[in-house]
Amino acid sequence: MRARLGGLPTFVLLLGAAYCLFPVAWVLIAATKSTGELFSTSTLSVGSSLVANLGELHGYRGGVFWQWVANSALYAGVGALLSAALSGVTGYALAKYAFRGRALIFNALIAGVLVPAVVLAIPQYLLLSKVGLTDTYLSVLLPSVISPYGIYLARIYAAASVPEDVVEAARTDGASEVRILGSIALPMMVPGLVTVFLFQFVSIWNNFMLPYIMLADDGKFPVTLGLYTMLKQGNTTPALYTLVVTGSLVSVLPLIALFLTLQRYWRIDLLSGAVKA
Amino acid sequence: MTTRVSSGRGGAAPKVAPYAFVAPAVVLFLLVFALPIAYTVYLSLFRTEVKGLGLGKGSRSEVFVGLDNYVRALTDSELGAGALRVLGYGAILVPTMLGLALVFALLLDEDRVRARGFSRIAIFLPYAVPGVIASLLWGFLYLPGTSPLNQALRELSLQDVNLLSPTGIYFALANIAVWGGVGYNMVVLYTALRSIPRDLYEAARIDGCTPWQVAVRIKVPLLAPALVLTSLFSIIATLQVFAEPTTLAPLTNSLSLTWTPLMKVYQDAFGRGDLYSAAATSVLIALAMFVISFGLLRVTRSRAFGGER
Repeated sequence: MRARLGGLPTFVLLLGAAYCLFPVAWVLIAATKSTGELFSTSTLSVGSSLVANLGELHGYRGGVFWQWVANSALYAGVGALLSAALSGVTGYALAKYAFRGRALIFNALIAGVLVPAVVLAIPQYLLLSKVGLTDTYLSVLLPSVISPYGIYLARIYAAASVPEDVVEAARTDGASEVRILGSIALPMMVPGLVTVFLFQFVSIWNNFMLPYIMLADDGKFPVTLGLYTMLKQGNTTPALYTLVVTGSLVSVLPLIALFLTLQRYWRIDLLSGAVKA
Repeated sequence: MTTRVSSGRGGAAPKVAPYAFVAPAVVLFLLVFALPIAYTVYLSLFRTEVKGLGLGKGSRSEVFVGLDNYVRALTDSELGAGALRVLGYGAILVPTMLGLALVFALLLDEDRVRARGFSRIAIFLPYAVPGVIASLLWGFLYLPGTSPLNQALRELSLQDVNLLSPTGIYFALANIAVWGGVGYNMVVLYTALRSIPRDLYEAARIDGCTPWQVAVRIKVPLLAPALVLTSLFSIIATLQVFAEPTTLAPLTNSLSLTWTPLMKVYQDAFGRGDLYSAAATSVLIALAMFVISFGLLRVTRSRAFGGER
């Protein structure tokens, strides 16, 4: 009885893990195959062309693939950093001050979560084109900096992790509001802000529609958009499929590494904002 | 401004600081959200009128057409069909994803289950994979030429399954989203589970409840608020599906360029250059999202906290 209770649930859980790891394992194997092998050999047999594939990917159109990876890192890294800072300051203000317009500002920001990306992206494109900013790094970065979801999380986190009496004590000691924010509140909020950074990093790295609409010059493409254009050409040039598979593997590795190293920051309770240590 | 801030605390509450702190976010919000939304609403009420042959400057002008674009969008059969396709896709996706996430979260919370640390990381891992890359990977796994499913079926001398057929594509797309989203929802639900006081289970165990009964009668009802939240976010994401079908489209004829309403908006705006129709359709999609979100919150608020199911 006891063994069965432990056995079946463990099996179900491992089945779920296998399902989630399967495509990752597949891409690891598929990246070792030449184009011929990709379509002819059995799924699980390892090929011999990994090095050749990497070399070909490296040489593809003068190394544009690495440009895409660097662009993704730039969009996601800078965007998420600015976004975490903005969310922290805004979340703290919304959580710790009573001021006229607070509810209005918070509700407007939250409503922003519900607005579909395309409803924003097309007019953003049109408006940016009026000031000549489309097809620039800024056109992808600027809309990525403000994150209603990040501000929502930061507000919850500020309310939970910055004690009222600490702020009061600092105020009584004559510290300015900027100083309280910079030297007391924000440092206390760091674990929560790392979470905001991660969420925003992943969402910018994964964002497809915004760069798809904003960018025309493929030297500014993030890696997702670059691989998509390669896949589209694969219809006429099947050799590109191998490069798409290899490129997918290479582009997923840094994200998985980031994810595994910062794993503990993902355990956030969305309802109460309490993070388990 | 002589705002009186009501504050229970003693001492002078700062008046300028909060406005200064929220100012950057408010300015960015106005630029990135409010202005584009207002512009979309404005565009949706106009249309380009062509005079003469439409050549030369001044031959094209914007004319106000009231709600004409909305009427056309609402009677557009392709848009309606797209909305139905997304509903069908969502009907497969949301219950499957949240059902699996709930099962995995409950299993992670069970002390006698083994390999919990490994499974939690493995199941959450796909969250780190961009939707476009996930679609590329699964796309190759679906292609009849490279699909391991068909290889296995052939070994057993069974018939091939084509997941890229017009019907199969619903499951193919839903599977990509389930794969990418089940771990995230599992972590949200699991974190909510960990915040439930343990002695509640102890009491139930002493009363003779099996782990199964504890899960169904105590844990699931207590998870109701978290389930409402994850459902809401899942439905919003489902209605916005764009990257996955766009990425799979080059691999199959089953996905038209207007398969989802958002894809149609993109086609209207950039394929046909009809920004005005695209704007009207965008506004309709946004309204539908608001109605669904608030409707769901209203319905569940009364039920979710009611206890037993």
